[in-house]
Amino acid sequence: MGRYVLRRLLQMIPVFFGATLLIFLMVYALPGDPIESLFGERAADPAIVAQLRAEYNLDEPLWKQYLLYIQGVLTLDFGTTFSGQPVIDSLARAFPVTIKLALVAFTIQILVGIPVGLIAGLRRGRFFDSFTLAATLVVISIPIFVIGFVLQFVIGVKLGWVKPTVGAEAPLRDLLLPGLVLGSLSVAYVLRLTRTSVAENLRADYVRTATSKGLPRQRVVTVHLLRNSLIPVVTFLGADLGALMGGAIITESIFNVPGVGFTIFRAIRLGEATTVVSFVTVLVMVYLIANLIVDLLYAVLDPRIRYA
Amino acid sequence: MPDRNDDDERGTAFPGPGREGGAENPLRTDDVMVESPTGAGLRGRGHEDDVVTGKPRSLWSDAWHDLIRKPVFVGASLLILALTIIAVAPGLFTDTDPKFCDLQFSNQTAQAGHPFGYDRQGCDIYSRVLHGARPSISVGLLVTLGAVLVGGSVGALAGFYGGLVDSLLSRLTDVFFAIPLLLGAIVFLQAFPQRNVWTVVLALVVLGWTQIARIMRGAVISVKEADYVVAARALGASNMRILLRHVLPNAIAPVIVVATISLGIYIVAEATLSFLGIGLPPSTVSWGGDISNAQVSLRSAPHVLLFPAAALSITVLSFIMLGDAVRDALDPRLR
Repeated sequence: MGRYVLRRLLQMIPVFFGATLLIFLMVYALPGDPIESLFGERAADPAIVAQLRAEYNLDEPLWKQYLLYIQGVLTLDFGTTFSGQPVIDSLARAFPVTIKLALVAFTIQILVGIPVGLIAGLRRGRFFDSFTLAATLVVISIPIFVIGFVLQFVIGVKLGWVKPTVGAEAPLRDLLLPGLVLGSLSVAYVLRLTRTSVAENLRADYVRTATSKGLPRQRVVTVHLLRNSLIPVVTFLGADLGALMGGAIITESIFNVPGVGFTIFRAIRLGEATTVVSFVTVLVMVYLIANLIVDLLYAVLDPRIRYA
Repeated sequence: MPDRNDDDERGTAFPGPGREGGAENPLRTDDVMVESPTGAGLRGRGHEDDVVTGKPRSLWSDAWHDLIRKPVFVGASLLILALTIIAVAPGLFTDTDPKFCDLQFSNQTAQAGHPFGYDRQGCDIYSRVLHGARPSISVGLLVTLGAVLVGGSVGALAGFYGGLVDSLLSRLTDVFFAIPLLLGAIVFLQAFPQRNVWTVVLALVVLGWTQIARIMRGAVISVKEADYVVAARALGASNMRILLRHVLPNAIAPVIVVATISLGIYIVAEATLSFLGIGLPPSTVSWGGDISNAQVSLRSAPHVLLFPAAALSITVLSFIMLGDAVRDALDPRLR
């Protein structure tokens, strides 16, 4: 297991530098000029442009800019937002809200996706199975912002069960509906993944062995079958975090959740390129680290990796 | 992340005959995922389900015979055909200019000659929905094409040559794979002050080719040791000829499946970017942009949002159903 962890950490290094270099190149080497875009339609004063260039190290050669950028990322110095606040401060304010929202979405995914997927997998080919497959297909096809608006309109406005928008403090109660919207796509994936995995492992030798040992069906299903079927689901949940963060930009903008996604959305709308880039960079870092953790979790779940 | 390449090798063994390895391989991620992080796995195709009646059919004609008997496939194909016609020639179905707007009709509901009513600016929604098909569908098609070309080449070269080429190309794939599609596309598009269909396509191709590359690599690895490849090599065929004539035709099936399903995903991605205001420019009539504009008056005029949203969802659903049906036909073991 130690070797596995070490190997994984080492493999992470080129991916980390490659991914940051890629983002860096997208921002600074593509045709658009981030400084000029700050001025929008107006003509820029050359003196101010020069000053800003020096401030953002844009007058340095490209390789040195990248090193300075990496240095900033590693020391948690993500620069300042358009309004002059350090990015790290506004991150510190917005991040807890987004994490709370993501946790609500995650909980819904697990509480709905796994049990329903398990039942569908156990009854493969019957009505319940076909019904859930069709239902998830529909959920997958409807873009998240459409689901968001429809649920906000029906549950929030027409029925009035919950508040249609989230308050400044973002209490948990208000986050239930946005969390459901954010998690809806992944619920469908988790459900389908669990279902296929369960249906397939149902025919595995170890399930037959467990049954023929005389174990009660409930124990066979929960301890033997489900645990082994969840391995691909865990992988998915890790990789899904990327989609979840993209979805958070949409969900938070629809429900006015004062989190990271909302900040990014507002910055896009106001054309604050530097804010967008620094926030997205942070999200990509979080994604990389989360996937590293999932890979390590793998070893805990799958003994074949642990002893390899 | 990096090591998942190994899963792909096992996961995409296709159409390697008689590989029934699914059950012993819990690391295999499954094909139910449309945006599978590890590459949708298509497994080996068993021999036993072929009841021999006369001449044996090839994989493709077998799949085709399966497909035309499936209502889902026929339905999805007809819908896509209809959508394509609308995208190519929206003028066949409406004479109203989607950009002609009259504020006095703002947010009015359906009336004679305007079956979907008017949006906030007083533009005809029916006409805008029809004209919005073209950018959505062309972005979807172009991105899929680009992703198959880039990802297919990278994956095929990595899988075929192996060794150093494989290591380098696979690490490159890992780097691009590490950046989530939507987040990366936002950063990418932020760099372009003038955005149009092509910049959106470029952004999605640059960030979206990795999945195809991984699947292609796995599929090529699984067929490159096959007897017919060895035979071709023994006959003195060049590497290029072996790759193009023998390996690729036998490794392309899983790529086609994933490409069809991702087409729907790319349409959603484009609509999402346009919705965020960073995709297609406001001057382009697009479903994502119209949905975004409709949100302002959602409470008083929900119909303005309903029609473009429904059009978008139906389009995506058609492509995903088509991909689902094709996958079932190419991989009968799933049923």
